[in-house]
Amino acid sequence: MTDHDHDHSKTFQPDHPEPTTDAARVGLALRELLIEAGHYTADEEQVVIAAMQGASPENGAKVVVRAWKDPAYKERLLENGGEALREAGFDIEPYEFTVMENTEHVHNVIVCTLCSCYPRSLLGMSPAWYKSKSYRSRVVREPRKVLAEFGVNLNDDVDVKVHDSTAECRYMVLPQRPAGTDDWSEGELAGLVTRDSLIGTQRDLQ
Amino acid sequence: MSEPWGPHDVGGQDGGPIDVSDHGTAHWEWQIDAMVRLALKKGLITDFAELRDGIERLTPDDYENSTYYERWASALAYALVERGVVSEQSLVEKAEAIRVRQQSEAAT
Amino acid sequence: MNTPRFSTGQRVRIADRTPPVHHRVPSYAKGQVGVIERVCGMHGEPEKFIRGNGMPAQRLYRVKIPQTDLWDSYDGTERDDLEIEIFEHWLEPAE
Repeated sequence: MTDHDHDHSKTFQPDHPEPTTDAARVGLALRELLIEAGHYTADEEQVVIAAMQGASPENGAKVVVRAWKDPAYKERLLENGGEALREAGFDIEPYEFTVMENTEHVHNVIVCTLCSCYPRSLLGMSPAWYKSKSYRSRVVREPRKVLAEFGVNLNDDVDVKVHDSTAECRYMVLPQRPAGTDDWSEGELAGLVTRDSLIGTQRDLQ
Repeated sequence: MSEPWGPHDVGGQDGGPIDVSDHGTAHWEWQIDAMVRLALKKGLITDFAELRDGIERLTPDDYENSTYYERWASALAYALVERGVVSEQSLVEKAEAIRVRQQSEAAT
Repeated sequence: MNTPRFSTGQRVRIADRTPPVHHRVPSYAKGQVGVIERVCGMHGEPEKFIRGNGMPAQRLYRVKIPQTDLWDSYDGTERDDLEIEIFEHWLEPAE
């Protein structure tokens, strides 16, 4: 830790808020011990954090837009998500990757009930609600009610498919392309795709 | 339907209202996340399965009363103490030093 | 290459057991009957993990189960379903 300037005219403003629980402090203690013992360096830590922070739903959006614009790619994506991802320059190894297409009569939603598995390289960090017991417990049991709480209201002519990421697979939803966007650019289309639409807690992009 | 076999086996229960607010991720949480990945990369643990096993063995109270990153931190600490990579004593001492440091910084 | 024991469209039953180690089958799915939706690849099965020796690979499957089979008074249609991933050693053929 660097020495702080003890100038009392300045209020101490930590760059980063510190955790206040014992369990969190044990985690940070472990970190310091591992770095002190040379198991990894602060630089290596920074590289890992930057890579994690660099991933965002923009990655998933790129894949979605490619599928919208190229029907043959879309077929490959739905058939073998992992290979199609690699085509687009992303890698989800060692997991299997499956993309599910939303249609007029099908809506897909993703969960990991046992822990919180999530395709982070494509979507960035998972939202707190995705990791919560409330979401994990209820979306398998009463998906339509949970979706309504997210603002997605579905009639009986739409089938709801819930995907529980119980093992080595990771999932992403391919949202429906909104009508009237035939002549939109890739950038404009990508701007429509949200994180929640890739998880399935959003259906309409416009 | 079988009985849940651990505090993490929550599918089908009534977990109550979902808080959809966006908390963001604190810097210390990114550090815990990076530490878990680096522990795996450096061979200190062999697989995430070891950590999930640790988390699943938490008592329901401990599971409910801890956050996602606290659980991962605890699970990794448990695994590395078990493997002899760090000692429990040094962890306790270091955590206390951090607590003291935080207190004195807050008082400045 | 290990030959998959089950094929797409086949009806299967998920075992109802609770081994005393980390396993990736939620209690809500144990004992349920579903249909193989997709034959996945070979993956390390965490349950058979022997510390330090890696995880022996097992065939993974996606199994589709109607929601009305899983839950009493399910609030949705008969066509709603749930898909989960199950390792081969948890599955048996079902009628």
